[in-house]
Amino acid sequence: MINNYEIMETIRMLEEEKLDIRTITMGISLSDCADSDGDKAREKIYNKIVDYAGELVSVAEAIELKYDIPIINKRISVTPISLVAAASDEDNYLKFAKTLDKAAKEVGVDFIGGFSALVHKGMTKADRKLIASIPKALAQTERVCSSVNIGTTKAGLNMDAVAYMGLIVKEAAQLTADNGGVGASKLVIFANAPEDNPFMAGAFHGVGEGECMINVGISGPGAVKSALANVKGESFDVVADTIKKSAFKITRMGQLVANEASEMLGVTPGIVDLSLAPTPAVGDSVARILEEMGLESCGVHGTTAALALLNDAVKKGGVMASSHVGGLSGAFIPVSEDAGMIEAVENGSLNLEKLEAMTAVCSVGLDMIAVPGKTKAETISAIIADEAAIGMVNNKTTAVRIIPVPGKDVGDEVVYGGLFGRAPIMKVSEYSSSEFIKRGGRIPAPLHSLKN
Amino acid sequence: MRAIISVIGVDQIGIIAEVSSLLAANKVNILDINQTVLDEYFTMTMLVDLEKLEIPLEELKDKLSQKGEEMGLSIKLQHEDIFRSMHRI
Repeated sequence: MINNYEIMETIRMLEEEKLDIRTITMGISLSDCADSDGDKAREKIYNKIVDYAGELVSVAEAIELKYDIPIINKRISVTPISLVAAASDEDNYLKFAKTLDKAAKEVGVDFIGGFSALVHKGMTKADRKLIASIPKALAQTERVCSSVNIGTTKAGLNMDAVAYMGLIVKEAAQLTADNGGVGASKLVIFANAPEDNPFMAGAFHGVGEGECMINVGISGPGAVKSALANVKGESFDVVADTIKKSAFKITRMGQLVANEASEMLGVTPGIVDLSLAPTPAVGDSVARILEEMGLESCGVHGTTAALALLNDAVKKGGVMASSHVGGLSGAFIPVSEDAGMIEAVENGSLNLEKLEAMTAVCSVGLDMIAVPGKTKAETISAIIADEAAIGMVNNKTTAVRIIPVPGKDVGDEVVYGGLFGRAPIMKVSEYSSSEFIKRGGRIPAPLHSLKN
Repeated sequence: MRAIISVIGVDQIGIIAEVSSLLAANKVNILDINQTVLDEYFTMTMLVDLEKLEIPLEELKDKLSQKGEEMGLSIKLQHEDIFRSMHRI
């Protein structure tokens, strides 16, 4: 029998340290739903989602009951809609977003991702229509999430798309001004977007994926922090080993849930995403892990090194615990969703520039950052370009989820509630990037030799 | 299905008796019991077999947590695989 100590450790991780499964995400291919008649395409999309995901929520609940593990979200990701809608001759794809929303509500999932376009080298007519539809789609639906990939290491950065996305982010925030610009919080702009990511708002079902797959995202910053609290003052060798052990245990739980869900649903198991995803709840914070390593407040000098160690150790510990690792695996640093990050911004130790440096060594990027509503579209584009350049050059995924909160300025705060949390408005540079963004064209892909 | 029942709380007379009679009444077979008391803090873990359980799992879990509330204890039931997967390679 498993010994008492091990049982108590698991229970403590689940109850006190807020270990949970962040999401079970079902990826569904919609490529066979394309139709020259938009209405027919939408009917096929709705029917397919409801057919495939009808049992998703009840299966997740059965797993929660069996293991007493909280599964916070159930989600769906679909083929980028720009690819599915392209066959129709409609001018805007808002109706497709509404169909996704309706299907998500019908099956009871929290979010549906894939109102997306992949434009890292160029934009098709359909990509353009989809991107133009994003602000209204996010304002007029509840559960739909959108993402656009504007660069890759192999293709370089599509700066026309970067310029366009600055305007789209602004419009998405403006159309949801009554709710703190929440529309922009459901839009992710990627470089090197992964095709199997279970996390929102950036999940979509990539074209290389199967018909239907189950991807699981875990969460557990609290458990890692507690493990580190037991090795105070020890060397980094001990710190790294301790994180690896915690990550291993957390990931094994994720793999168990992934296997169980796939089997019960009769769906191919996809990947486990090893990301340490924080929640606004006290004790479930990535910033607190960094502080546990000896930093007075997240953002202080040393934060990037601490995060590099954390991110790497999480992957090393998790890789052996899972059959297939994928998605964004690493540590997330979404400001509004992490109590420690919020506090660090409020006390002045964490700023946008430091966050940008941190994103060079951890998964994702500038995530859930609230900036003044008056921030120019070109400035947002330039922030996207900087972040994408980090991803492009370092061969990693980076993303920007930034909210220019209408009517708010530095010193104010915006509250979204739930998993999205609350965000202090962060300062952006007051100097202009307009002439730079206006140039358009592409930034060429980087050289892969002469690495310096 | 085999599951682990864990009971945590302040020590008092009759914890094992109360929990095991509830289990017996619902046809749950106890395979192993482990208990310790540390600083008046009682922890007990039981490996049980639910093969002959006649009520839905959810109902048994409700009954256990209700009993826990009555006695000021936390009583949980979880499939043994969660512990096995986390602690055994």
